[in-house]
Amino acid sequence: MSLKKYQELALGGNIERGGTAAEFKTGDWRSLKPVYQAENCIHCLFCWAYCPDSAVHVTDGKMAGFDLDHCKGCGICAHECPGKKGAKAIVMEPEVK
Amino acid sequence: MMAGITKIDMAKTGNEAMAYAMKQINPDVVAAYPITPATEIVQIFAQYVADGEVDTEYVPVESEHSAMSACIGSSAAGARTMTGTSSQGLALMYEMCYIAAGLRLPIVMSDVNRALSAPINIHCDHSDTMGMRDAGWIHIFSENPQEAYDNMLQAVRIAEHEKVRLPVLVTTDGFIISHGMERVATLPDDEVTKFIGPFQPGTKLLDVARPITVGALNFTDFYFEHRRALVDAQAAAVPVIKAVGREFGQKYGTAYDCIEPYQLADAEYAIVALGSTCGTAKVVIDQLRATGVKAGMLKVRVFRPFPASEIAAALRGKKAVAVLDRSDVLGGFGGPVFTEVRSALYQQAGAPVLADYIYGLGGREIDMEMIGSVFAQLQDGTAKPDSVQYLGVRD
Amino acid sequence: MATLKELAARGDRFTGGHRACAGCGATIAARQALLAAGKHKVVAGCATGCLEVVSTIFPYTAWNVPFIHSAFENAAATMSGVEAAYKSLKKQGKITENIKFIAFGGDGGTYDIGIQSLSGAMERGHDLLYICYNNQAYMNTGIQRSSATPRGCNTTTSPAGRKIPGKAQFRKDLTEIMAAHNIPYVAQCAVGNWSDFTRKVEKALDKGGAAFINILQPCRLGWGYKPELTAELGRLAVETCFWPLYEVEDGVYKLNATPKEKKPIGEWLFQQERFRHLKQPANGAIVDEIQREVDQRWDKLVKKCNG
Repeated sequence: MSLKKYQELALGGNIERGGTAAEFKTGDWRSLKPVYQAENCIHCLFCWAYCPDSAVHVTDGKMAGFDLDHCKGCGICAHECPGKKGAKAIVMEPEVK
Repeated sequence: MMAGITKIDMAKTGNEAMAYAMKQINPDVVAAYPITPATEIVQIFAQYVADGEVDTEYVPVESEHSAMSACIGSSAAGARTMTGTSSQGLALMYEMCYIAAGLRLPIVMSDVNRALSAPINIHCDHSDTMGMRDAGWIHIFSENPQEAYDNMLQAVRIAEHEKVRLPVLVTTDGFIISHGMERVATLPDDEVTKFIGPFQPGTKLLDVARPITVGALNFTDFYFEHRRALVDAQAAAVPVIKAVGREFGQKYGTAYDCIEPYQLADAEYAIVALGSTCGTAKVVIDQLRATGVKAGMLKVRVFRPFPASEIAAALRGKKAVAVLDRSDVLGGFGGPVFTEVRSALYQQAGAPVLADYIYGLGGREIDMEMIGSVFAQLQDGTAKPDSVQYLGVRD
Repeated sequence: MATLKELAARGDRFTGGHRACAGCGATIAARQALLAAGKHKVVAGCATGCLEVVSTIFPYTAWNVPFIHSAFENAAATMSGVEAAYKSLKKQGKITENIKFIAFGGDGGTYDIGIQSLSGAMERGHDLLYICYNNQAYMNTGIQRSSATPRGCNTTTSPAGRKIPGKAQFRKDLTEIMAAHNIPYVAQCAVGNWSDFTRKVEKALDKGGAAFINILQPCRLGWGYKPELTAELGRLAVETCFWPLYEVEDGVYKLNATPKEKKPIGEWLFQQERFRHLKQPANGAIVDEIQREVDQRWDKLVKKCNG
């Protein structure tokens, strides 16, 4: 991609829109990926609350999968997951590329 | 005097004149910290706030570093913002001064020039201002309280101009101007309001519907471009400073420019100076002229952006020129004004003999006799090209 | 207090795509803080440090609220200027919205180089919530000790060597220093306790005026643990009473969590590489010292809360 010339940049080096980091993908940092096992999910949303990368989707108050473009595979979601009867709703598996 | 505008004469010190200008500017925010000899500006302004004479939110910060930091926050928020300081206070601000310019925030600051420690000293020299000459600010020097007042009003226009958007420093010489009382012709409040106009900020953090990020990290891919833009902003300031100075003259009788020649056109021998010394030098030049010496002066009002080509043109054809520097560049080749003037003249065929005189450090007085001696040395050839002399020091 | 479902419905104002380490606790804190503040319009600021660096690499920003960074030691001063501008423009009728202001700073930018500007801003009483994301060292520059670093900790400037076993001093108690400013609200939080943190951010903003929250933030890089343990280690710091959750509202102390069973400090220390050298028998006395200090600080706090 060609970068802007100095004359084309915004005043003072400001970034003129919020949340542009979402356009930067960090998913390829991952060596482990979270795998969702819906049958064990109680939709407590702890996975969503503790995700450092805002990479857990929630729809209508329910866990709705992962944003693998941004998930770095830290595994906090799986660790925090209480699951159902001892069975986790999120498990970490090796990323196969 | 233009029709319909009646100036009001007041007896004011430099500090009072600057504080009064601030009151009439009525900035949205002032964040400041006291320091000699600028303290009065803060005190007087705090009283205006306490008496409800301004709309300003006054932030009595706990240091100059925080003063400039708060000014940066305020200006980036979209508020017209001012502060004032001196010497060590300015030095403590240096880090943030670079950032204010880099973020293109049109903060206006008064600096009452005072020497830097050590040894600690509260009197005038220009070391404090010169220490931030590469920070990206516009620097305007004042010769007397009247100019301090006029410069403050113009500074707002210059800083906020859409092609400039840079912070501006307006200086006075500590005690000499700051505490010297003179007659100052002031404008009516509404005329000041009209002259400066409403603030149109370029950066508006408080526009919550359009979330911007100010002060982002730049790697090697963008830093250079953002710094390069500052160069253009400084260059763009030159015509703006001139236009604002011209307009001020048309409206209120006294025009301003980046440089001010005094008896210079036909002068053979000239000095280059800044600030209050120019007032003393004018008297000396008048006396020399009366004895037939073609003496003159180039007053540098705007040190940043440095008016190099104008200075070169103004000094063309002079036999010898002395630069009077009220600060030194330790380990350098002469004072800061000298090195810049010399650089401006370098490519000029038949450039005048140029000598540097460093004087007045820590408030050491410069009198008419000393300035006379400089002219004498220019005439008799003892002022050697590229020599750096210390004027008024015991040696 | 908002439930997780309600928070999720608000939507994130701190996005993914930032460059923090996998499992970063600082970004969890920033994200949760903005979610908790979600019913308000917010302008945020941050001191130079990990959070600022990872979240604002030009032209990318993770902040979906207006955001300003200027330097390291002055997040509080910078944000006090933003807040003063707001007050002034509001007073003059030039803006109509109600806006809240949140400053973030790491422990280096808050306990050490930024304590003066923080103290000044809090004393002046700006309507400003300052959140210290406290990972107990200068992580951004490569894990150097700060005055928040615990006794015995191995950092790159308090290394555990053959003669000196890590940092010699106990950590400064900044939460108490801020409480001594007699501001409306001071609280201690730890990553891993989302509801406690959410409630406190809400309360701080609803109360208005100067507020300070010190959130202990496990750092997988600087502390040395597996990334999935970030929230867990925050909770363990609370359960060992190393980092009590409490608040000081209008001068009144309140303990927010009392562990059913106070775990020995070793359970927290020895999950972290930075304390590994303390496992050596020769360093057992240091662990005892740390335990004594934890006990004393806890007892003192409990007295204040019962007081």
